[in-house]
Amino acid sequence: MIYLTRKIEFSASHLYHNPAFSAEENRRVFGKCNNPHGHGHNYVLEVTVAGEPDPSTGMVLDLKELKEILQREVTDRMDHRFLNYEVPELAGQIPTCENIAAVIWRLLEPKITRGRLNRVRLYETPDLFVDCYGEGNGAHTNAGGAR
Amino acid sequence: MKLHLSRRYRFSASHRLHSAQLGEAENRRVYGKCNNPYGHGHNYVVEVAFSGPVDQATGMIANLADLDAFVEREVIEPFDHKYLNEEIAEFRENVPTTENICIEIFNRLRRFSPARLERVRVEETGLNSFEYAG
Repeated sequence: MIYLTRKIEFSASHLYHNPAFSAEENRRVFGKCNNPHGHGHNYVLEVTVAGEPDPSTGMVLDLKELKEILQREVTDRMDHRFLNYEVPELAGQIPTCENIAAVIWRLLEPKITRGRLNRVRLYETPDLFVDCYGEGNGAHTNAGGAR
Repeated sequence: MKLHLSRRYRFSASHRLHSAQLGEAENRRVYGKCNNPYGHGHNYVVEVAFSGPVDQATGMIANLADLDAFVEREVIEPFDHKYLNEEIAEFRENVPTTENICIEIFNRLRRFSPARLERVRVEETGLNSFEYAG
């Protein structure tokens, strides 16, 4: 099995606020992230696809195809957007790294038709990231992404 | 779908690799420069991964403020700017290799109750790292 990883970056703003909480509770739970004006990050996304190379091309899937999928599904949707208000898939959810990674997994999984989506790793900062694995995927992959 | 939340922390500390079970010559042979009796130091990076259900109300596996405070209390404060051989009780008996540092940090962080500790990865330098999953 080959694990192929492609990295992209996008920049977006967000804020954490639960309308079911009081103003004080929102501040206590979410701290600085509750600032009503929002704040932003340079997100780094690593997408790992697992599969066997096609004998005729030597590729698990064409990187150009993966690049286009990532552009369409992630960059076009999220880059330079305010995630709370401009990404319908996140409506009603707190746009934490956990929830954004899960949304990206759900967007990409049906589009990856050669090989199988193995892992989505989303860095909110270099020191904070979330790994998303599908059911049945081992949590410990040999995915060769930059760490 | 399974989610792991990972966070990276840093501490700087000194150590000496020397085993009481080996003779002087053997220690020098096995550990080389790391056996220098005065010790030496590294800038360690600790990468920890936790799993658990995402709380719908907060969107989080674990509140980062709680996690940071726990790691600070259990690992960073006791390890940072210390001589590990003398100042961490577990390393009076065990050689503070990065393997053993990894295991010790895992044992300390598995007590974090809001989420399940999946693994600990320790970078001793930018060129080597060790990972322990229990």
